[in-house]
Amino acid sequence: MREFRMPSLGADMDAGTLVQWLVKPGDAVKRGQVVAVVETQKGAIDVEIWESGTVDRLVVEPGAKVPVGEVLALLRAEGEAAAPTPAGATPAPAAAQPVSAATPPGLIPPQGPSSERARISPAARKRAEELGIDIAQVAPAEPGGVVSRADVERAAEAMNRAPAPSQPAAAPDWQAQMRRSIAAAMSRSKREIPHYYLATDIDVTATLDWLTGENLERSVKERLLPVVPLMKAVALALREVPELNGVWSDGAFQPSEAVHLGMAITMRGGGLVAPAIHDADKKTLDQLMADLRDLITRVRGGRLRSSEMADPTVTLTNLGDQGVEQVFPVIYPPQVAIIGLGRVTERPAIHEGAVAVRRIVTATLAADHRVSDGHRGALYLNALARALKSPEKLR
Amino acid sequence: MTDWSRDEIREVILDTIATIAPETDVEALDPGKPLREQVDLDSFDFLNVIVRLHERLGIGIPESDYGEFATLESAIAYLARRMAPRDS
Repeated sequence: MREFRMPSLGADMDAGTLVQWLVKPGDAVKRGQVVAVVETQKGAIDVEIWESGTVDRLVVEPGAKVPVGEVLALLRAEGEAAAPTPAGATPAPAAAQPVSAATPPGLIPPQGPSSERARISPAARKRAEELGIDIAQVAPAEPGGVVSRADVERAAEAMNRAPAPSQPAAAPDWQAQMRRSIAAAMSRSKREIPHYYLATDIDVTATLDWLTGENLERSVKERLLPVVPLMKAVALALREVPELNGVWSDGAFQPSEAVHLGMAITMRGGGLVAPAIHDADKKTLDQLMADLRDLITRVRGGRLRSSEMADPTVTLTNLGDQGVEQVFPVIYPPQVAIIGLGRVTERPAIHEGAVAVRRIVTATLAADHRVSDGHRGALYLNALARALKSPEKLR
Repeated sequence: MTDWSRDEIREVILDTIATIAPETDVEALDPGKPLREQVDLDSFDFLNVIVRLHERLGIGIPESDYGEFATLESAIAYLARRMAPRDS
């Protein structure tokens, strides 16, 4: 029997709330399939399973907050049958499972005949989280009944009428949670990672001229954003300085063959996530544009997938749209480098021996001194500048 | 091509902005002030505005004309020009 555990969806996550199962016992699942929705401080995430097999048992019920690493479900590997069934026979009924999908939706099954714990509806649990109330302190309206959302709200009201506590009232709305989550990751980064910072001005005239010509021939929907060739160049240049691409884990650097480029994407109304575009160095510009469109759309309106949250090997933050010229980025642990891009500005520069107006972007690198040093970092920024001189090679 | 009044074009633009940046109070936008100072749009959002206008109005907007969208007023004027019957 295999165990499917709550994945870590970033350095700042210690627990997640299981919102919904998308599979039930007896379902065949394939590696990479989305099997559950988990609510994190950065919103709801579609969680993928990493082994193929058959769902044997769902251990955790929707509504439960589960620490990273705890078992969510049990999985039978392919060929590992629970009980042999004759060919052609119907599968064993789901009711045979100890915890089955037949449990009335919305109810946490009792822990056992002797269980004294109150039953709590998922909606109540969620509301309690929103209101910052300890669900264990909320009594159901009827003794022995299920704690409902209304019970939680009544309890919250009663608490508000009580004398003010010495600490400010906890109202951990979604925004505050997001802020705390970012603060936790960035504090850890600044505490643990000895950052060094480098910056260089890169002439992107050739790349942007090429892009203008390319976009002229494209329909509105197929146009590429200027950041797309920059993403490709950032990913390709990492091949030359592999010690910037990977993660710091168990006291050592683990380089990554694949370049999973985390893209820092702002959320409407505040907050930030940096999900990965997988194998960014191998994708065409059209694929990168499609992936970026998909990611931004899902960050701002849909849902991200667990693999995107969990496995970036490096991050790119592009603040050019906001008009700043330079970014001094903070590394997102456990990664070891982050590249920042500012606004493209027209500046006087020496080009082919004469002063000319060129389009320039300031690229910055923050990297981890435990893994690399300024010399290697400088080689990386040079490689990036070189890649952007030959835009036709970026396609 | 159908005739579009400036008011209709204005409605389409405001509707598009409201879809892409739902936190914006589009009725409160100052038509003469830079849009980027009043609406939180990055280059991805802006491209989406152009794509939606293309879908709604049926005209392609080349990148070289993006500057026409600096203010609501200039955007309406530009689109009205582009939408005007050619034989006029």
